[in-house]
Amino acid sequence: MSTTNIILCGVGGQGTVLASKLTAAASMSKGLSVRSAETIGMAQRGGSVLSYLRIGTCSSPLIGSGCADLIIGFEPAETVRALSYLKQGGTVITSDRAMMPVTAALQGSAYEGSKMTDYLKSLEGGLIGKLVIVNTDKALADLGSAKVMNMVLLGAAARGGFLGEVGIEDIKEALVKKVKPQFHELNFKALEYASI
Amino acid sequence: MHKEFLMGNEAIGRACIAAGVNLVAGYPGTPSTEVLETIAKENDGSIYVEWSVNEKAALEVAAGAAYSGARTLVTMKQVGLNVASDPLMSLEYVGVKGGMVVLVADDPGPISSQTEQDTRTFAEYSKVPCFDPSDAKEAYEMIFEAFELSEKYGTPVFMRPTTRVCHSYQSIDVRDYAEYEDHRPEGFVKDSKRWVIFPKLSYANHAKIEERNDKLSAEFSYRSSPNTFIEGNTTYGVISQGISFANALDIVTKARSDKKQVPSLLKISTPFPFPDKLVSTFLNDVDEVLVIEELDPYIERHVLQLCGKNHIDVKITGKLTGHVARSGENMPDLVQKYISDFMGWELPSCEKMNTPELPVRPPVLCAGCPHRASFYAVKKAMKGKETIFAGDIGCYTLGNAMPLDMVDTCLCMGAGLGIAQGVGRVKPDTKCFAFVGDSTFFASAITGVVNAVYNQADMTLIVLDNSTTAMTGHQPHPGTGHTMMGEFTDKIDIESIFRGIGVETVVRQDPFKLDEAVEVVKKVADEPGVKAILFEAPCAVLFKPETPYEVDLDKCVDCKMCIREIGCPGVVLKDGHVAIDTALCNGCGLCSQVCPCNAIGKAVKE
Repeated sequence: MSTTNIILCGVGGQGTVLASKLTAAASMSKGLSVRSAETIGMAQRGGSVLSYLRIGTCSSPLIGSGCADLIIGFEPAETVRALSYLKQGGTVITSDRAMMPVTAALQGSAYEGSKMTDYLKSLEGGLIGKLVIVNTDKALADLGSAKVMNMVLLGAAARGGFLGEVGIEDIKEALVKKVKPQFHELNFKALEYASI
Repeated sequence: MHKEFLMGNEAIGRACIAAGVNLVAGYPGTPSTEVLETIAKENDGSIYVEWSVNEKAALEVAAGAAYSGARTLVTMKQVGLNVASDPLMSLEYVGVKGGMVVLVADDPGPISSQTEQDTRTFAEYSKVPCFDPSDAKEAYEMIFEAFELSEKYGTPVFMRPTTRVCHSYQSIDVRDYAEYEDHRPEGFVKDSKRWVIFPKLSYANHAKIEERNDKLSAEFSYRSSPNTFIEGNTTYGVISQGISFANALDIVTKARSDKKQVPSLLKISTPFPFPDKLVSTFLNDVDEVLVIEELDPYIERHVLQLCGKNHIDVKITGKLTGHVARSGENMPDLVQKYISDFMGWELPSCEKMNTPELPVRPPVLCAGCPHRASFYAVKKAMKGKETIFAGDIGCYTLGNAMPLDMVDTCLCMGAGLGIAQGVGRVKPDTKCFAFVGDSTFFASAITGVVNAVYNQADMTLIVLDNSTTAMTGHQPHPGTGHTMMGEFTDKIDIESIFRGIGVETVVRQDPFKLDEAVEVVKKVADEPGVKAILFEAPCAVLFKPETPYEVDLDKCVDCKMCIREIGCPGVVLKDGHVAIDTALCNGCGLCSQVCPCNAIGKAVKE
């Protein structure tokens, strides 16, 4: 049985954990084994965070370079930082909204999120087999909530068939069990939002 | 049994509940914290759980309960073991009646710790048996074994997962409620020959402990022990442990499916007492061995010792021969390289990427963090003076980052007080400051205050009191007014402690009133002797943000003083101009007090 290796990356506090837990729950309901690992502790305070998620048979929760089938990026520079994990022809689903580190403001040089997305586009067809860039500001305005970015990205991954045997219906089922009923509709809309 | 997706620490906590643990005590510390929290949250109310004031107190509370026949768990991170080592070293000689598991989480990397110390080495030093799980599933199952072993031999037992085991999730089989064990401790039975440590008792028990550990070494060599052997198809062998083993197994499994020649694998899950017989048998069937482990070359030293003792002619490589890095984690790429070099496999080539320059993202104090205001007030007050700012362990260690640059030293829990005193002894003109958080204050700084007062030091102690243990996830402590059992208690008042010790000047101050705070620091620091300032403001994470601030672009002259002075992540550059990120801004207003043009104010609601 093959293993689906997924990297979720972003900046501390962006909520990569729920996305990873939902995928895990959805996988388990299909009888698949799951392992994951995440950053906890001092690094969470505004630092880069990276979660590993592996669906299928494996021994370690960690993923080596060039072994990830999918990168779900919550921040464009963090997506680029995680690229060494991607296997040739793998999928990248990323937010386009840049989060400025304090150091960038101190040095007086804001980094450009578009430089990162341009770089990702330049790799399409080579290292990156499939690239989905989500216009986050527009998405959150359309959906009317700043808290569902993770579902927009996860929904794109599930509907594109990039979560291995786990599909969008499995994710929805898991979501119903984990999230309070009053947030179901919003989250369902977010899952269906991104065009892939 | 049923399946659940659990974090390693949750799995350990859940196993302790299922094993019928009666008392749990610990002190928070990454990566160990979630074990105790899981037990507090998930048990049916029958288990006593406390966050103790520090690890030494936790171990002593647990020892008393274990003397009384209770099953006990003590939790801490590796540096916490240094604090608990005094009672533990002696406890091993006295022994326990109820099972005692000492959970010590090690942190290779280190990811969030001061040291890369190895609890396996400590186990050998203290003679305490030790389990070393490689994943959540193994950790879950080992807990039952650890309690049984502890009771059978009357000894505390170490359970030492590492960060990647503590914080990784896995779908595992866990016991149903009906399968939980029930332990009813009989209570303390007086027997001074057993519970009072004297040289004569220690001498007698020492001999018994060594005998017992020889026996355990043999027991751990049985097939049913958690140590695992996986046969290869060569005369090469890899001995490993923990997450290094998990990574090695993935790599070898892949190589096997690619029809490569693969080494035999041996996982050591019971590092102390070392399973000599098992490893000797393994060594007899191989010509060359690579030992892949994190932290100390613990296994490697034991393997070398066995080769010498039993005249086994096998080439041993690892950390001691420079084949494995001596520090840091064994991530999959490194393990791939180690095994590939060992087996003569070709490493997969990776193309160099022309990645654009990436922003550096060091961890910082949160937007609205009161520590930022406290540090800044002291910095302003002491501008131009000869100073030492001794820091301590907690979120506020991050006060060392630019532009605050307010932490000159950081050593271990509570050390800042002593260090400030020592610096002052060498150069008495220096204005000596020690910064300490409220939880760290209770854990291990009070003796430092007594020392300073008794020896008539000249220093200012700054207590950064945010009424919680923020760094590890907001645990209660003696100053918060509630316990881990959910009971409300009288808060232990820090000012009263100072006054009781004899500190005459103790000032409480809101750090967000910047001008006032600066004046207080100037005045207090000029007084002779030991004095204290309590900067009191709650942790920003625990409170709903107030109205965010905004920049009035008509008034802003883009001097960027707000950015240069306080380095708040909520103050950003947008199209070259200063702006407030309203999603991050907590409304603390520090930036508005720093702005020389009065250009930052509360956002007006539309």
